[in-house]
This record gives sequence, C-alpha cells and structure tokens, in this order.
Amino acid sequence: MVGGGGGSGGSGRGGLLENANPLIYERSGERPVTAGEEDEQVPDSIDAREIFDIRRCWALAGRWGLGSLFLHLAHLIRSINDPEHPLTLEELNVVEQVRIQVSDPESTVAVAFTPTIPHCSMATLIGLSIKVKLLRSLPQRFKMDVHITPGTHASEHAVNKQLADKERVAAALENTHLLEVVNQCLSARS
Amino acid sequence: MKDSLVLRSRIQAHPDSRCWFLAWNPTGTLLASCGGDRKIRIWGTEGDSWVCKSVLSEGHQRTVRKVAWSPCGNYLASASFDAVTCIWKKNQDDFECVTTLEGHENEVKSVAWAPSGNLLATCSRDKSVWVWEVDEEDEYECVSVLSSHTQDVKHVVWHPSQELLASASYDDTVKLYREEGDDWVCCATLEGHESTVWSLAFDPSGQRLASCSDDRTVRIWRQYLPGNEQGVACSGSDPSWKCICTLSGFHTRTIYDIAWCQLTGALATACGDDAIRVFEEDPGSDPQQPTFSLTAHMRQAHSQDVNCVAWNPKEPGLLASCSDDGEVAFWEYHQPAGL
Repeated sequence: MVGGGGGSGGSGRGGLLENANPLIYERSGERPVTAGEEDEQVPDSIDAREIFDIRRCWALAGRWGLGSLFLHLAHLIRSINDPEHPLTLEELNVVEQVRIQVSDPESTVAVAFTPTIPHCSMATLIGLSIKVKLLRSLPQRFKMDVHITPGTHASEHAVNKQLADKERVAAALENTHLLEVVNQCLSARS
Repeated sequence: MKDSLVLRSRIQAHPDSRCWFLAWNPTGTLLASCGGDRKIRIWGTEGDSWVCKSVLSEGHQRTVRKVAWSPCGNYLASASFDAVTCIWKKNQDDFECVTTLEGHENEVKSVAWAPSGNLLATCSRDKSVWVWEVDEEDEYECVSVLSSHTQDVKHVVWHPSQELLASASYDDTVKLYREEGDDWVCCATLEGHESTVWSLAFDPSGQRLASCSDDRTVRIWRQYLPGNEQGVACSGSDPSWKCICTLSGFHTRTIYDIAWCQLTGALATACGDDAIRVFEEDPGSDPQQPTFSLTAHMRQAHSQDVNCVAWNPKEPGLLASCSDDGEVAFWEYHQPAGL
C-alpha cells in the first residue's frame, strides 16, 4: 500500500508521475538513472542494491513485471507511520535510513533500518511493521530479514533476535491489540 | 546421495496456513498434524493414499504449535499459543477433549509424554517448564514448575527410558531435569549453541542427545556418568554432558527440528532453507568423538521453511515432514550402500 500518494521526481521513461502530494525525501539523495538502465534492450539483473530510488524502481518495475513488488518496497518502508504521529518515520527522523538488499534469484530480502534515537523502545515495533509489510507484499518464496543497522542501537541484538524468530513474530501477530497497532503503522496517511 | 530420499506423497494438510508440527502414533498408523489454522488433523492410509480421518477444530483459540501422542496411543496432547494444553481421548476415529491444562502465562510451545505414560511436560514463552502427573482416573496435577531458563522455552523431550527431561530455549541453552525427592531439579545445563535452540532428540540408547539451533548447527551431546572411564568430571552424583560433535556448514538457515530414528539411528533435520537433510554416523567412528556424514539432502523439499521432521516408529526409512506452506510430505529414506 502506497502511503501519501505516488512517487516524486521520475523523469525516466514513463515521464513525470502526476502527484499532488509528493512524498518528502529530503534526506536521501536520488541516484542518477544510468544510460544502460534506461535502454530497454540492455538486460538489467536484479541483484543486491543498497538503496531503492523511486525512479529506478519505476524503471525496473515495468520491465520485470514485478512492478508492485519493487515499487512498494521503497514506498512502503519510507511511508510507515510512527504509531504516535501522523507523519512518516523518515520525516520524524525516527528512522534515518533504510537499506534494502534484494536477491531475486535467491529469493532473499534484507532490510536494515536505523533508529535515530538509540534507546527507542519503538525499534521492535518499527521492525515488526516492516516485517509485516514485507510478509504481505512479497511472494511466499522470499526469505525476509529485518534488522537494525549494526552499531546504531543499544538493544540491537535483542531486537534483531526477536524479529528473526518467526514463532515469536507469529504469536505476536495473533495478539489483536498489537496487530491493530501494526496495521495503524502501515495504513496510508489521510 | 542420489535417490537416498524419495518423495512418496504430498498432502495439503493445513490450507492457507502453516503446518507447525507432526507426530506419529506409537504404532505408526496415524499421523497427527497441527497448524496456524488452530486445527489438528489426524491422517491415516487408505490404500496408497493418505486421508484425513479426523479434524479437531474446537480445542484451541490460537495456533496449535505441537502435538504429542501418549505411549499407549489412546491420548493426544496439543500445545497452543492460547496458553492452554488440551488432552484428547481417542475413541475410534473420534477425539474428545477430556482435560485442559492451564497455568502457563502465555504461549505453550511444546508438550511431551514420558515413556511411562504417567508424566507430561509442557514449556512456554513464560520461561518455565511444567511437569504434570496423570493418574488412572485421567486426573492431571502439576507437580513442578521449573524456572531455570532465562528466556522462552521452545521444546521439551523425555529420555527414551529414564525419567529425565530435556528442554531447549531462546536463551541458547539446553537444560536437563530429574526428580529429586518430591520435586524436580535442573541437573545440567548444556552451553555451546550461539543462538536459540529449537529442538532436541535422544538417540535410541538415550546416551546421546542431538540439538539443533538458529546458529545453523547441530550438536551431539553425550552423557558421562560419575566415575566414567574417559575421566570426564562430574559434580556429585549427577551425570555430566559434553558436546562430542558439531555439524556445521551444512545448513544455510535456522534448523527448526531434528529427529533421531529409533529403528535405524539416522538423524534428520528440518531447515528454514526449505531442505531436509539426513546424517548417519560413520561406521567405526570413535564413540567419544563420532563423525557424521550427510547421506541425503533434499533441496526444495517444500516451497517454504520445513518446520518438522518425524520418523515413523515402525516402518524403517519412512519420514514425514511439514512446512510453512501448509503441506505434509512423506519420504522414503534408503541408507546409501557402503554404510
């Protein structure tokens, strides 16, 4: 689910995307789309990438027929709401950066997020929301790893261990109250 | 290793859900499965195919995580995230819930019957292991609450012949318990794994214990009694347990389950990389430092994580497995020639 309207920028092949409410991406710069990527004749491999750029996603999406997948990955991570505020995590500086690594042939996705507040008790909830969004968006063959960017959080080992434990995640998501909070985190901004 | 593990059949046991665990009844004629759909299904053969004989759907409010048959085969226990353990009594193809064991503060992760049939153990995310006694009138009483682990307890298993209980935990350790006087005590802690220990299995003799972990290794532990020939130190009258073998480099993701065949000694693992592997001890290997070889590796045994592997107790080589994709598969394992 795309939060807050479509992507911004996008001077790639598809032309500018109409967007009344551009997402605010001040913090992360945009990578230039290379000539090779713009050329439809040159095959583009899906391999590990550090940061998803919206224009890049859009260019790849159409080519590979995985449109919703890659487009959503970038949009969704950045548009997850802080449970207590209507703005996005990035706007609030709660999450400074999100790194996404995808390997399509190996069916793996690794998401590293950086909570800016080292003792943030919301880290587990943010991580869980990211995990849930991935679980709902990606084909079942994908193995998903969501963790805190190493060295950026006081309890990163404890948080990472919980997020990696699928039994704990499954049990947590059967808790209706917690699921409600997670769904609120993932819902589009009004 | 080619053709050492052959698929016999596949069934969609828990549609649109994950299948968490499987248990064969003592005669090997029925297989119980349980899953995220809160149901327990009992499977039996009709000719060449597996059919669902019963569905136990009214027992639990949340995921059923594990099931276990009593040694006599007349009862089935089920452990659920709803914090309750149900005891079902079998009457032909019908199962009736005769008791619910309550007390754990949150999700029950495992349940196991002792070989005597008089004792049951449960464990939970509340970090405790409970031991229950059952009498001839089917009355259950909690006789001990063991709070030795510092985190979520994932699995409990009884020794095949002694009243010795083992537990595996999110705290990266394995603990052993025995009865002392009127109470149960923790008599050993096995350290070595670098992450959550998910499951345990005793070998047919009960002298060795295999553990599998999120650290992607399998460890084999051996029991040394006081006064043993090898000079392994013991404290007091309690046996010591030492890690005598570590299988690393074989699994690429978390190992969720391990099963030691009581008929053949083969060791099977269920892994988060969707594969099933079988290991056998090398002939002539030193009992104090055994070596194991990989004798079967079924990649893509399932389309998602394999959660459980279970050897049939009567038919050598028959292995059942289940997965996050909701399917149960049946395999035939043939020990490679030369072993």
